[in-house]
Amino acid sequence: MAQDTWSVGGRTFSSRLLVGTGKYQDFPTMKRALAGSGAELVTVAVRRLDLSKKGAESLLQWIPEGMTLLPNTAACFTADEAVRTARLGRELEMGNVVKLAVIGDRRILFPDVEELLKAARALVKEGFTVLPYTTDEPVTAQKLEDAGCGAVMALGASIGSGLGIRNAYNLRIIMETAKVPVLVDAGVGTASDASLAMELGAVAVLMNTAIAEAKDPVLMAEAMRDAVAAGRKAFLAGRIPMKLHAAASSPMTGLVGS
Amino acid sequence: MQVKLNGEIRQIPDGLTVGGLLGHLGVKAERVAVEVNETVVTKDRYASYHIGPGDSVEIVAFVGGG
Repeated sequence: MAQDTWSVGGRTFSSRLLVGTGKYQDFPTMKRALAGSGAELVTVAVRRLDLSKKGAESLLQWIPEGMTLLPNTAACFTADEAVRTARLGRELEMGNVVKLAVIGDRRILFPDVEELLKAARALVKEGFTVLPYTTDEPVTAQKLEDAGCGAVMALGASIGSGLGIRNAYNLRIIMETAKVPVLVDAGVGTASDASLAMELGAVAVLMNTAIAEAKDPVLMAEAMRDAVAAGRKAFLAGRIPMKLHAAASSPMTGLVGS
Repeated sequence: MQVKLNGEIRQIPDGLTVGGLLGHLGVKAERVAVEVNETVVTKDRYASYHIGPGDSVEIVAFVGGG
């Protein structure tokens, strides 16, 4: 197969798995899991530096070399907070790509799409490549694309829930309509969820908890790498249509004694 | 002088620049981003930007996240 790449924000990637850096028990495990995932884009959060702790700014030394950081605006609840956080992330990263999250509810961590759109429009105007974390809802996805976002990242299920792809049909509608890359972000619990997202036609999958909180994060990272690659190949290969009745694989004629 | 630093009231020496404040706190400038009164101070202005009494300063860094 020829090189199968995708692009966003003027950069081209061959890995279709994006991974987060939260919730790991320790940095050495995180580093091995990141390496095992084969990801090229890794998400990071922007937070106040703990001024009472020496070396509190040390996350970066545990991210394998060559990986591109994708700052997020996680835990922001208003467009204003998200815009401020994105600007700080740009200053830290010296790039202009941001994973835009504006949360509307603490319990389910679903996006507040009204604030999300407001923040997206403001950041696009400031020259950001905005990758918004959004619901699996096609009209909102379309509005985000119209606002100039560089991609649409629709949730499979609630962040950290591991419930997998809850609305494959909505995701398919988003993917068939959008002209920007559509990623599935959040909800993945295990390898088959990641494969399904790719089989549906996602350009890439973003996950954190499914790897970081697995019993063996490094092994799960490898499983996700393989699952994303397999799902992508199945999508490109083109699956057979589902049929209600059987279609024999062996000839039904020429049997002995016939 | 008194400033608000990452949400807490702190006393810092008068007339510090952003760069001077980071040095005073022992923070590596290349690993953080700084906001004064809700506006980012870019690294090229660390040496020239003077912090004033009552300013609200945020010093942030990357942490793990999804």
